[in-house]
Amino acid sequence: MTRVVLAEDGVLLREGLAGLLDRFGLPVVAAVGDATALVEAVREHTPDLVVTDIRMPPTLTDDGLRAALELRRARPGLPVVALSQYVERSYAAALLDSDGGRGVGYLLKDRVADVEEFVEVLRGVAAGGTIIDPTVVRQLLQRPPEDPVARLSAREREVLSSMATGLSNAAIARALFVSEAAVGKHVGNILAKLGLPPDDDSNRRVLAVLAYLRGSNRQP
Amino acid sequence: MDDTALTALRRRNYLLTPWPWRSLLYVASTPVVALLGWPLALPVVPLVALLVSLTRDSTVETGTAMVITGVSVACWAVLAPLLAVPLAALERHRLRLVRPEPTRGGHRVPPSTGPWSWLVTRYTEAATWRAVAYGTLLTAAAPVFYLFALGWVMFAVALLLAPFLVSENDVMHLVFVEVSTPAEAWPWTPLGLALVVTTPYVVGLTAWVHGLVAAALLHEPAASARLHTELVEVSRSRARLVDGFEAERRRIERDLHDGAQQRLVGLTLQLGLAKLDVPDDSPAAATVAKAHEEAKALMAELRDLIAGIHPQVLTDLGLPAALRELADRTALPVTVRSDLGERPAAHVESTAYFVVAEALTNAVRHGHASQAWVRAYREKGQLIVEVTDDGRGGARPDRGTGLTGLADRAATAGGRMLLSSPAGGPTVVRIELPWVRATERAA
Repeated sequence: MTRVVLAEDGVLLREGLAGLLDRFGLPVVAAVGDATALVEAVREHTPDLVVTDIRMPPTLTDDGLRAALELRRARPGLPVVALSQYVERSYAAALLDSDGGRGVGYLLKDRVADVEEFVEVLRGVAAGGTIIDPTVVRQLLQRPPEDPVARLSAREREVLSSMATGLSNAAIARALFVSEAAVGKHVGNILAKLGLPPDDDSNRRVLAVLAYLRGSNRQP
Repeated sequence: MDDTALTALRRRNYLLTPWPWRSLLYVASTPVVALLGWPLALPVVPLVALLVSLTRDSTVETGTAMVITGVSVACWAVLAPLLAVPLAALERHRLRLVRPEPTRGGHRVPPSTGPWSWLVTRYTEAATWRAVAYGTLLTAAAPVFYLFALGWVMFAVALLLAPFLVSENDVMHLVFVEVSTPAEAWPWTPLGLALVVTTPYVVGLTAWVHGLVAAALLHEPAASARLHTELVEVSRSRARLVDGFEAERRRIERDLHDGAQQRLVGLTLQLGLAKLDVPDDSPAAATVAKAHEEAKALMAELRDLIAGIHPQVLTDLGLPAALRELADRTALPVTVRSDLGERPAAHVESTAYFVVAEALTNAVRHGHASQAWVRAYREKGQLIVEVTDDGRGGARPDRGTGLTGLADRAATAGGRMLLSSPAGGPTVVRIELPWVRATERAA
C-alpha cells in the first residue's frame, strides 16, 4: 500500500487528484494547500510518496519544489513527484540533483489527464524509479551541436527519450516498431556515446539523461 | 557643476592630457579679447584716478568728484552693453576650451524686429548687465590676475636662465634675490626648474578660475536646471509606466495560472476519469474521448500563452536560467553564455528576456538561421545582451513592429537596442540597459 501526501493549492484539482489516487489504490493520507503544510504533513505521516505542485503559497514561486528538496535532504530516497504547469528544465534539474535522482518524477500537469499512465508513473517513482516529462526530454534533445547529446542519431534520441520516461526495452521496441534486440543495440550505443558503462540496472539508463539535465544546470 | 579642468588638474597624468594646452590657448587668447573690450574699462579710469588722488590727500573738490563719477557711470551705462553683448558671445565660444559643456547666454528674443526693439530687450534684461559686468572685469581686473601668473612664469624662467644671462659687472634682480655672477646664480636654478614644472599648473589654474568667473556671469544656469528637473521627472514617470506595465503582465499571468489553467487541468482530469467509466462500446465513448483530447490541446495552448506573457522561471530563477529555457524551446541550436553575478531589477530582466525571445523568433522565422548565440554580461553599470545568428541577415526595424516595439521597450527602461543585419548575415541584436539593482527599484 503506497500512502501519499498530496500538496496542491488549487482546491478543485486537489480534490480531483485525491479522488483519483484513492480510486487507484494510492490512499491520500494528507492533502494540503501550501509548502509549509506539506513539510509538516510529511513529518507527521511519513508517506511512501509525495506528490506536490511546484508553484504554491506562501510566495507563489517555486515553494513546492524547495519544500520537496528539503524533505529529500531530511529523508534521502523519499519518492517525490513534482507537478508543474511549465516545461522548465531548471526545475527538473534541481530535483534530479537531490540524492542521485532516484525516486523522483517531474511531470507537466497535462499528464494528469491520461489517468492510467499518470498512476503508473506515480507507482514507478514510489518504487524508486526516475521519470521526466517527455516534453522536457524532447527539449533536452534539441541541444547545441557541441553537446554530447548531439552526437546521437535521430533513432538513438528517440530511444533515449523513451528511456527517460521509464519504459523498458520491450516497451520501447513496441512503441518504435523495431525488434527488442535492435533497442538493446541502440541503448548500448547511447550509453557508449555518453560515456556511461552499460549496467543491468534499468534505472541507470534514465540516469544517463539525468547526467545531462544536471550538467546543463551547472553551466554558467 | 562639473569642473572638468579642475578635475583634470587634480589627476596625476594632468600633463599628458590635452588640458594644459587647452588652458594655455585660453590664457594666451585672453589678452586679445581683453584688448577688444578695452573701451569697457574707460569709465573706470577716471574713478581710479579720483581714488588715487583722494588717497594722496590732494584737494579734489566734491563737486568735481561727483561730476566725474556721474559722467563715468552714465557713459558706461549707455555704451557698455553695445560692446559687452557681442564680447560675451565671443567669450562663450572661447569658454569651450576650458568648459566643454555648452553655455547658454540667456538672452531673450526681441518681440519684434528692428533696432529699437532689440535695444529695449537688451537694456532691460539681466543677461546684458551680467555681460557688462564680465566685460568690465575682463578688462579691468583680468590684467592684474594675469600679470601675477605671467610674473610667476617669468620668475621661473629667469631663475633658470640667470647663470647664462648674468654678466660680471651687473647686478641681476630676481624679485627677492640679487645675483651678480653665474656662480651666485647656479644655486637658484633647481628652484627655477621646479617652478618651470609648475607652469602648466599655474596656467591651468588661471584658466580654470577665469572660466569659473566667465561661466558664473555668462551662463544662464536657471533654465538648464529647470530642464534637468523636467528630464528627471519625465524619466521617473517613464519608470512608473514600465513598472505598471510589468505588474500588469504578472497579474494577468497569475490570474490565468491560478484561474483558467487550474480549472482546465481539473476538467481534463475529470474527463480522463469519465473516459475510464464509459464503456468502450457506448456511444458516449467517442465524444468523451474527443472532449478529452480537445481539453488537452487547449491546456498546451494556454501554457504557451502564459509562458509568453511572463515566464515563471524568470521570476523564480532569474535571467540566465530563463534564457537557457528559452534556448531549449527555440527550434534551432542556441548557445547561451551568461555571467551576471547578482540579479538586476525585474523590469531589466524581463526587457532583456523579451528582446532575446523576439530576436530568436526572428532568427528562425525570417533569418533562416541554423544556429544562434546568446551572450549576457554586465559592463560599466549596464546589462548587455547580444543575440547573434548565422542567418541571411537583412533584418530591418522599419518592417514589422517586432523590433521597433522592443527598441521602444528598451528606451522606456532607459536603455537602447542596436541592430546589425547586413544582407547575407550575420544578424546581431544588442540591447544595453542600465543596471538597476533589484532593491533600488523603489527609489
